[in-house]
This record gives sequence, structure tokens and C-alpha cells, in this order.
Amino acid sequence: MVLATFLAVMAVGIARQRNLFAAVMLTGIFSLLAAALFVTLDAVDVAFTEAAVGAGITTVLLLATLARTAHRQREARRVPVAALVVVLGCGALLMYAVADLPAVGDARAPAHQHVAPRYIEQSPREIGIPNMVTSVLASYRGYDTLGEVAVIFTAGIGVLALLGVARRCG
Amino acid sequence: MEHHTILRIITKLLVPSIMLFALYVHFHADFGPGGGFQAGVIFGAAVIVYGLLFGVMRVKQAAPPAVVRALSACGLLLFAGVGVVTLLLGGNYLDYNVLAAEPASAQHLGILLVELGVGVTVAATMIMLFYAFGSRD
Repeated sequence: MVLATFLAVMAVGIARQRNLFAAVMLTGIFSLLAAALFVTLDAVDVAFTEAAVGAGITTVLLLATLARTAHRQREARRVPVAALVVVLGCGALLMYAVADLPAVGDARAPAHQHVAPRYIEQSPREIGIPNMVTSVLASYRGYDTLGEVAVIFTAGIGVLALLGVARRCG
Repeated sequence: MEHHTILRIITKLLVPSIMLFALYVHFHADFGPGGGFQAGVIFGAAVIVYGLLFGVMRVKQAAPPAVVRALSACGLLLFAGVGVVTLLLGGNYLDYNVLAAEPASAQHLGILLVELGVGVTVAATMIMLFYAFGSRD
């Protein structure tokens, strides 16, 4: 709860911040807080990734981008009412949907009824490694992970193509 | 960044340990949190930190952009290649059980190779992005 409050404070801070350098730093802190929140939800693998990618790499890449562009955001000429309405509407809908979610750790939640019991019961025998997250990601869901790696690779190639650095630094 | 003596020395001390930690995260994924993706990101971060302090040119000498680009493709090819090998050995695509006589050790081998592919691609892509955004000309 405390962490969630901090997250909200950070989000408002990022939105109101005109100095882009400070905004980038705040996004880094935001990611670190999100990682801490994931740890409290026992999702250490996700937290690990969030801390490394969100707080680490993304901050550096944003800073590198800032070095090539301006440091300050231009003042908005008027309050974007339509955008505000859409955002608030989406937020209200999401909060409404949250009320229908099963409680955290609820054993009767649909997510724990489908294939999870099989992974928990069979993976020590079938795969033989204690960390089930790795078993699921690399073995049971190997296709998904292959697809993800392909996405990362494609994204990297796409950035290279867009920025046109392939010629210059190659 | 010529004058930041403390930062430079600390970075020189930190970079090898960050890389070692990346390897630990990779090979310890069987037992604790982590895996190829996180290991790749941490390894990439080590290279990027070095690049921030000592300049992109120094990093490019150690990891030439052409090599990094090739590596990012190699990781994906390794992952997909494991699948092809399992096909050739008579199993389904990415069915590691045919890689060795005993299913458990076959799964170990398959997961290790596949995670290595993930890690190589992720690390190389991160460094590639850093080159793309970081090199000013």
C-alpha cells in the first residue's frame, strides 16, 4: 500500500515535471518502486527484470536520447481536456474491474486452476530443476520464449534501421 | 568525463563483478530467480556503464558493432537451432528430451542452451541500442 502510494506520487511527479532530466530520473525511481512492489507480491523474477530493464537500461537509453535532444519540455498551451477525460475514464474502468479480481494468493483463482497444478506436481520429475519459473519459461513454454526473443531481436533491428546507424558505425 | 577519477575507478572495479553477477544469474536460474533474459540485461548494463564513463569509442573497440549485431542474431539462431536439432533427433520442435539419454539431464541441457541464446540476444540488443542512441555524430 505504501509502495503503491509512492508509485502514484511518482506518476504525478513525472507528468507535472517540465525538466526532462528530472522526469527521466523519476521514471527510474518509479521502476525501482514497481520492482519493490513485485517483490512484496512474491514475483521475484518479474521484479528482477523490472529493476534491470526499467530502472537500469531504460534510464540510460532515455538519458542518451536526452543528450541528443532538448532538456526541457515546451509549456503546453492549453489543458488537454479530451486526453484527461479518456485517461480518467480508463482509470475508472480499470479500478471497477479490479474489484472483480480474485484476492492475491487465492488458491481458487482461475490462474491456479488451469495448468499450474500440473507444473507444480510434474515439473520436478519431468524437468528436474527446482525453479519452476525457469521450467515453464524455457521448457513448457519454449515457443513463447522463442517468440519473445524474436521480438527483442526484431525491435533491435528496427531501431537500427530507423536511426540509420547501421551504415555509420558498421 | 575525463575528471571523474572516483567514478572511473569505481566503475573499473564494478564492471567485472557486474559481468560475473550476470553469469551467476544465468547459471543459477535453475535454483533461484533469474535466467537468460535478466542475465543478458545485466551483462549489457555492465558494458553500457563502462561506455558511459569511458566513451562509446572505447566500448566499440572491445565490442565492435558488427560483432554485436551478429551476436544478437546468433542468440536467436541458437534458440531456434536447438529446436531444429531436436527435430533432427526425432522429437518435436523444442522437445529437449531427445537431447540426452535421461530426460532430466536432457531438459537441463536444452534449457541451458536456450537460455544462453536468450541471454546473448538480449545483451547484444541492449548494447546495440546503446550504440544507436549513444553515438553522436
